[in-house]
Amino acid sequence: MKFLETLGRYCILMGKVFSRPEKWGIYYRRTIAELDQLGVGSMALTAIISVFIGAVITIQMAITLDTPFIPQMMIGYATKETMILEFSSTVIAIILAGKVGSNIASEIGTMRITEQIDALEIMGVNSAAYLILPKIIATMIFFPFLAAFSMIVGMFGGFLVARMGVMLPSDYIDGLLYYFDSYEITYSLVKMTVFAFLITSISGFYGYYAKGNSLEVGRASTTAVVVSSIMIMIFNLLLTQLMR
Amino acid sequence: MIKCENIFKSFEGRTVLNDISVTFETGKTNLIIGRSGSGKTVLLKTLVGLHEPDEGEIYFDDTCYTKLSFKQRKAIRKDIGMIFQGGALIDASTVYENVKLPLDLFTEQSEAEKRERVEFCLERVELSHAPHLYPSELSGGMIKRAAIARAIVLNPRYLFCDEPNSGLDPQTSIVIDNLIQSITREYNITTIINTHDMNSVMEIGEKIVYIHTGYKWWEGTKEDILYADNKELNDFVFASAMAKRARGK
Repeated sequence: MKFLETLGRYCILMGKVFSRPEKWGIYYRRTIAELDQLGVGSMALTAIISVFIGAVITIQMAITLDTPFIPQMMIGYATKETMILEFSSTVIAIILAGKVGSNIASEIGTMRITEQIDALEIMGVNSAAYLILPKIIATMIFFPFLAAFSMIVGMFGGFLVARMGVMLPSDYIDGLLYYFDSYEITYSLVKMTVFAFLITSISGFYGYYAKGNSLEVGRASTTAVVVSSIMIMIFNLLLTQLMR
Repeated sequence: MIKCENIFKSFEGRTVLNDISVTFETGKTNLIIGRSGSGKTVLLKTLVGLHEPDEGEIYFDDTCYTKLSFKQRKAIRKDIGMIFQGGALIDASTVYENVKLPLDLFTEQSEAEKRERVEFCLERVELSHAPHLYPSELSGGMIKRAAIARAIVLNPRYLFCDEPNSGLDPQTSIVIDNLIQSITREYNITTIINTHDMNSVMEIGEKIVYIHTGYKWWEGTKEDILYADNKELNDFVFASAMAKRARGK
């Protein structure tokens, strides 16, 4: 029952979020600001994690595939496939759920308990749309770009360790260039777009309905990250089945 | 004029407002007073539309607000200014942006016109030196003054203030009280202030409503309050040394 009640409240909130904005110009400016804060602000973290994970995947593959029956270039190929299919969308989405999700839930939650949302409501502003919609649009635009960025940086991380002597860099490059199916990129970017919506809307929901004090805001933030991460996993499975 | 008739409000089975009927007059500073937990904040939030009354009706001049649709209420909300206890300024925006926000959302003015209006309002509350500051960089008194500037930027007909001088030193409290009163008179607006500060009551209380355990216990003026024959009201009023001295005179 509690789940259904929460789902119902979430749907009602999304109805408010996607209702017609008061003024498009304000929403446009807010979306640009959110692109910078939530999107560009996440690039450094994405780059650091991707370069290291790309390097580690390459090392692990080199150890696992250390047999004369498998060509060395398969290490590069396996790294590329891992980065494109799962890491750069799903794992990066989980990491962003932690960073961006907690940021959104705590920001909106603090606005709720300090009556900033009430102030917007009294002005006649649709506070749900004003606060959450620009974040949803910004992340749905920028997160797929982050996924693509992560793929490139991750493969570069693999190349770095190949240069350090794990394998021949030329074999690694051959592996990267071996068999490319552009649908895999589409699949990954579509997943990331859906994950962006899940992270932002779920975190916005928990922040918007936060009440009480700073402890409750902290709790809302934690719940937002946990629920977003679980939903990412569930939707990863669903989308993989749907799009395979 | 704002009038409420037979307002009831309860939360999870606990009745907070019991049959409240009162008229708040235009051009006057109307005060709702009462002890903490008496229901005065709930009354103010019900009047302003943040809570729906379980029963009863609220009128803004001749319009019955409680019978209006969400869309119709939006029109009245543009005539409402509210000052929250903590200021409720948007943390991510500067003072200038906070004051300008209602103009951005609800007017078609040019940027130059908006700037002129914001500067006028900031000057009115003596904050023209701080438009670039963020709420975290302001003192308590400055936050309240910025909140007043934001509340009056659209020329409201109704002004609601929830404990506007809580957390302020006595001198700053008087500045804020006098500012609200002078704005009320200057623009002939209906102002309702929620407070438990007896200094405010004695300074600016032109009409006072005393709420006790969710009931309207008493109403009158600041001159009447010192001589009211009401035990609960007297206990509340004369807990303040200032009121005791005032009655002594």
